[in-house]
Amino acid sequence: LAETATIEHAGDHHAGDLKPGDHGWTYTGLSNEKLAMWLFLGTECLLFGGLISTYILYKSRVPEGTGPAPHDLYDIPFTSVSSFVLLMSSLTMVLAVTAIARGDVRNTRVWLTTTAMLGGIFISGQVYEFTSFLKEGMGFTTNVASSAFFTLTGFHGVHVSLGILMLLSLLLLSFRGKLGPERAETVEIIGLYWHFVDVVWILIFTVVYLVP
Amino acid sequence: MAAPTTTDDHTGHAGAHTHPPDGHYIKIALALAALTAAETATYFVDIFEDNTALLLMVLMPIMIFKFGWVAYSFMHLGSDSRVFTRFFVTGIFLASMVYIIFLLTFDTFF
Repeated sequence: LAETATIEHAGDHHAGDLKPGDHGWTYTGLSNEKLAMWLFLGTECLLFGGLISTYILYKSRVPEGTGPAPHDLYDIPFTSVSSFVLLMSSLTMVLAVTAIARGDVRNTRVWLTTTAMLGGIFISGQVYEFTSFLKEGMGFTTNVASSAFFTLTGFHGVHVSLGILMLLSLLLLSFRGKLGPERAETVEIIGLYWHFVDVVWILIFTVVYLVP
Repeated sequence: MAAPTTTDDHTGHAGAHTHPPDGHYIKIALALAALTAAETATYFVDIFEDNTALLLMVLMPIMIFKFGWVAYSFMHLGSDSRVFTRFFVTGIFLASMVYIIFLLTFDTFF
């Protein structure tokens, strides 16, 4: 059996030790911030569900003579590499979460920076893809399918961009000495958002790009 | 005896969970990357070209498995409070039901 060593963090409290009025006490015994993030992610399922459904509805309803449909222009090998990059960013994000939980500030910064960079590479790929589609004659208003495609992938791109801003904010906090192990939960909550963006891309990659 | 592992424990609240060692996450990421490669491979295999039903039978389980694995491991749903899982699953369930009915209304599947 593997030996395990439990690390307790500065600022941590056992739920049972806290009483109403104590700092960190919550009615549910759960972190309110984390609960709010999960509630937010639950609502985000409805947002992306709507966007993906709209794309499915319109992808095969492109009227004749209204320009190319998105699936005529996909570059699957390129998008696969983008998907791989985003998947790896989920790994680096979880490594940042474990690093901060250990109190390893140096590795936290390394993994947060790597995650932000991988997110940046993904966004660059998306900008390149959008630009190449425009050159091929498919813009936002070319047809219903292109509108649905750009809205869906654009919304996802905005989410990734917001995630990068949050990661950079964490880095800034870290370099100012305000991101110690006692704030591990903050990194974890932003990590939840980042992983959610990744799981949404798992759906988009399969449903939008791979299914004809 | 196996090599000692370090487990980090967020003990701040009842929804606390432990972190497995980094190698655990790296193995999961590599497996997920392999699944992504398998998904991409379907694009190049002729057998799927004119057989959308077969393609869906291959792609959908892989997609759901990848989604679930990231949520379970990287988002710590497997070790965190069940309340978080319920929040997330409720969102997924509501979205799935609403939009499947929406797509059926417009005869998208048939």
